[in-house]
Amino acid sequence: MTRTVAASDYQVVIGLEVHAQLLTLTKIFCGCSTGFGGAPNSHVCPICLGLPGVLPALNARVVELAVKTGLALGCAIQPVSVFSRKNYFYPDLPKGYQISQYELPICLGGGLAITVDGREKFIRLTRIHMEEDAGKNLHDVAADGSSGVDLNRAGVPLLEIVSEPDLRSADEAVEYLKALRAILLALGVNDGNLEEGSFRCDANVSVMRKGATQYGTRAELKNMNSFRYLKQAVEYEVRRQVALVETGQPVVQETRLYDPARGETRSMRSKEEAHDYRYFPEPDLPPVRVGEALVARMRAEQPELPRARAARYQGSLGLSAQDAGVLVGDGGLADFFDAALSARGGGAEAAKKVANWLIGELSRLANETGLPPRAWKLTPARLAEVLGLLDAGTVNGAGAKLLVEELFRHGGDPAELVRRRGLAQVSDEGAIEAAVDAVLAASPAEVERHRSGKKDLTGFFVGQVMKALKGKGNPGVVNALLKKKLGGG
Amino acid sequence: MALTLDEVRRVAALARLKLSEEEERLFAEQLSAILDHVRELETLDVTGVPPMTHALAEGEAVALRPDALVPGLSPEEALGNAPAREGTCFKVPRIIE
Amino acid sequence: MTTANDAALTGLSLQAASLELQAGAISSRQLTEACLARIAATDGRVGAFLAVTGERALQQADRSDRRRAAGGALGPLDGVPLAVKDLFLTRGVPTTAGSRILEGFVPPYDATAVTRLEAAGAVLLGKLNLDEFAMGSSNEHSAYRPCRNPWDLTRTPGGSSGGSAAALSARQCFGTLGTDTGGSIRLPASFCGVVGLKPTYGRVSRYGVIAFASSLDQPGPLGRTTWDVAALLGAIAGPDPHDLTCAARPADDYLAALEGGARGLRIGVPREWFGGGLQPEVEARVREALTTYQRLGATLVEISLPHSRYGIAAYYLIATAEASANLARYDGVRFGLRAPGVRALQELYSESREQGFGAEPKRRIMLGTYALSAGYHDAYYLRAQKVRTLIRRDFDAAFGRCDVVAGPVAPGPAFKLGERTGDPLQMYLADIFTITCNLAALPGLSVPCGLARGLPVGLQLVGRPFDEATLLKAARALERELGPAPVPAALEAAP
Ligand SMILES: [Mg+2]
Ligand SMILES: [Zn+2]
Repeated sequence: MTRTVAASDYQVVIGLEVHAQLLTLTKIFCGCSTGFGGAPNSHVCPICLGLPGVLPALNARVVELAVKTGLALGCAIQPVSVFSRKNYFYPDLPKGYQISQYELPICLGGGLAITVDGREKFIRLTRIHMEEDAGKNLHDVAADGSSGVDLNRAGVPLLEIVSEPDLRSADEAVEYLKALRAILLALGVNDGNLEEGSFRCDANVSVMRKGATQYGTRAELKNMNSFRYLKQAVEYEVRRQVALVETGQPVVQETRLYDPARGETRSMRSKEEAHDYRYFPEPDLPPVRVGEALVARMRAEQPELPRARAARYQGSLGLSAQDAGVLVGDGGLADFFDAALSARGGGAEAAKKVANWLIGELSRLANETGLPPRAWKLTPARLAEVLGLLDAGTVNGAGAKLLVEELFRHGGDPAELVRRRGLAQVSDEGAIEAAVDAVLAASPAEVERHRSGKKDLTGFFVGQVMKALKGKGNPGVVNALLKKKLGGG
Repeated sequence: MALTLDEVRRVAALARLKLSEEEERLFAEQLSAILDHVRELETLDVTGVPPMTHALAEGEAVALRPDALVPGLSPEEALGNAPAREGTCFKVPRIIE
Repeated sequence: MTTANDAALTGLSLQAASLELQAGAISSRQLTEACLARIAATDGRVGAFLAVTGERALQQADRSDRRRAAGGALGPLDGVPLAVKDLFLTRGVPTTAGSRILEGFVPPYDATAVTRLEAAGAVLLGKLNLDEFAMGSSNEHSAYRPCRNPWDLTRTPGGSSGGSAAALSARQCFGTLGTDTGGSIRLPASFCGVVGLKPTYGRVSRYGVIAFASSLDQPGPLGRTTWDVAALLGAIAGPDPHDLTCAARPADDYLAALEGGARGLRIGVPREWFGGGLQPEVEARVREALTTYQRLGATLVEISLPHSRYGIAAYYLIATAEASANLARYDGVRFGLRAPGVRALQELYSESREQGFGAEPKRRIMLGTYALSAGYHDAYYLRAQKVRTLIRRDFDAAFGRCDVVAGPVAPGPAFKLGERTGDPLQMYLADIFTITCNLAALPGLSVPCGLARGLPVGLQLVGRPFDEATLLKAARALERELGPAPVPAALEAAP
């Protein structure tokens, strides 16, 4: 009997494990820099090289950031947690074990809300734990094909954030990852860089027939360093597993590497042979104790999280969902927005204007230069001043745009720049009338066509007058005079 | 004998020890004798007893390290004991993933 | 050539040598040269040293002499020649852990204990022999050469800090550091007739000391007298930001506490430590020591440590499990031995480790890996940790009734070289009385209490956590009664 079964007969079950590098100055167990770059093995010491005799000295800030993250995600912060050794051999793992947390992690439970197709869904977390990153194996460093080991990254602190298998599609997985990333960015604990691997995710994917009560066998997917790759990898894997089940073949529990060039996942046999990590409590580190004082301090450090912020922008400031979404997104515009709006005196009207400038002109400039708001020469207060000049009629829209670009690139005082660059708006009726008359006199054919009603050439005449006024004409006055001279048209 | 040759080989592979056949036989025998001795732990009732996972007493204060930079080793010092190097990398045979 | 004058110098205790230095009667250079000459004359037969750093030592001695001449002497250790077990990392001086796998390894940093000895002005003569990675009770597992007992060169000095005890007994230096994971300071101290102290876990920093079993290892001093040991402990004990398992509490003034006597001391005598394989002559010396304490005004309290008999089993699971992870870093990648000619990564690991490790580390790595592996973890490793709790509770209960626990260090005196190498379990049983102290993380000490068949016997004293002062005080009282420990004659015969 043959029966065609669509993929829609299957339920996809996904859980994500995210590894996020913490933005500390130094590594988790030694005083070496966590900074990127530098020659191989230039940020190392006896401890992160795993030399004989060394011991790990836990970085207090790592514990703080773990607690801060756990609080933001609604986790239960554990008063006592324990580091363990995860034993395996690999050249990028200097000690032959990774110091991680196993049975008693620092955070349990919690979760975060995502919105997919307009529907809100809560994704539960299993746990968050602290651990050290491995170094990097560099391939083909020598002519004979040998590999090289660079331990600069070894010992960089990581949070591993593990979700429950609550995700039901590749889209949900992507949304979850985006939402989590936004939270970590807002907390300032991670830089959210998927491409460079400071924010990376593994996906546990399985399929089961709809209505089934038991999860299918899962595969662990690795190497998805963008949201797009995550989606592609999960979708490919679902198709692969459904095809296996349909043809009566077993799904093997294994680690699979996503190959972006082929859009496929493939088995990593090398990782399979010994999945016996022989965890045991790290004897070199006493249990981590988190007291109430630390929790209170991290609670006080909690910023407004992206979803709450977007809701506030929509609710009390009347921004559209889309604009609110862009502002709280990963461009880091929200803090700038809040500061500029506050400098401008607040209110829904001003909010709309500040938002427009940030989402429009300033986002364009930020994209072009690759600079985050922190690195702009334009400060929120200066943007508020520009908007003040615009509202007061000191500059027109075009002038404001020039002003903003100039301030973005070089900084400075807006009022002073208006004077120095002659950007002040021309509102003097006499001057504008002279320009209008000259334009109309120079374009008799266009005037004729406009008046005969064949074509509305108002835009053309405005452009010509503005050009004559070097872009500085007051648009209201220009329009009014043109209307008067050209007649009711 | 408590430990079979196959188990000895499985454990040796986990521990990345390449044992000679003679060593495999010797270890199977010696480790079995030790495991037999260790079996006496099974006669103890440890129900409800917490494991002693750390030796420093619970009440002792633990000072974590402040997040402050400490000078490390130069790449040359770091590689000073390296059996093989390429540039400032530790050199190893080709890694296949 | 050892001159008569040299012999007089090297025969001094650390305390006496220090007093001579302070009095200006001798110089550090004289002391150091005398030690170097004694090492040259005797170590071919003893094998206590794996490396002698003579030139460096003489430079340190000269610096000490200049300091003293300028009125800036640092304290009781300034200018005194010492040596450390070759498990302590010494910057720029090869450190082997007694293993081929670390042959030629030159550490880029110093162990905290070494830093502190040097900061106290001590002169370091070199690195002392040991069982490979401190795994053993006889020093026969050294990959370089066995160490012999100066009392009888056909016998072992005990292990794993065999060199640390033998060097003192052979009058080659004035004090040493060893490490004690299951008895590795106390056993050799007992076998060689010197004083050895294993401090409370967390009393002395483990930073820069090559790890065997991290929750059991503890560095500690050995000396010819309790005063010497107290002075050394004072120099190395105390908090270290590099070691989070090192207690934050400051070290006590061990020298000040030393002369308190034994009056009023309640000495617990555990029933379980006086049976089974304990040799009658050893038991006799220990009983005599207890009687001496009574005479000095101490009271004996019979106590029970009912879980002692499970010590060896729990120890060999916990220690080997930790060791299997601690020894994973010896992989031929960043330092140490790499098997020549390997073409593939897995070969690099397994061949380097096969060639670099001796039989005992391999055996323990195998046992520890097995005890942690899937399906066995709970039955072996976890169960052993629970038994460890029971052993600790035994001591907690005992210390409600006594101030120190006293008993033998080992069932017998030093055994013959080669006697037990074929039977690892028999070798392990030599640690039967010392191991519970490590499992319970307590301080323990071995002090000479006479001879059995012409060989030294040690009395073991175990104290409350961080109460090394009471142990030293108790040991001092016995030492005063027994007089100066006898000196071995074997070395003085013509070589
Ligand atoms: Mg992880
Ligand atoms: Zn480092």
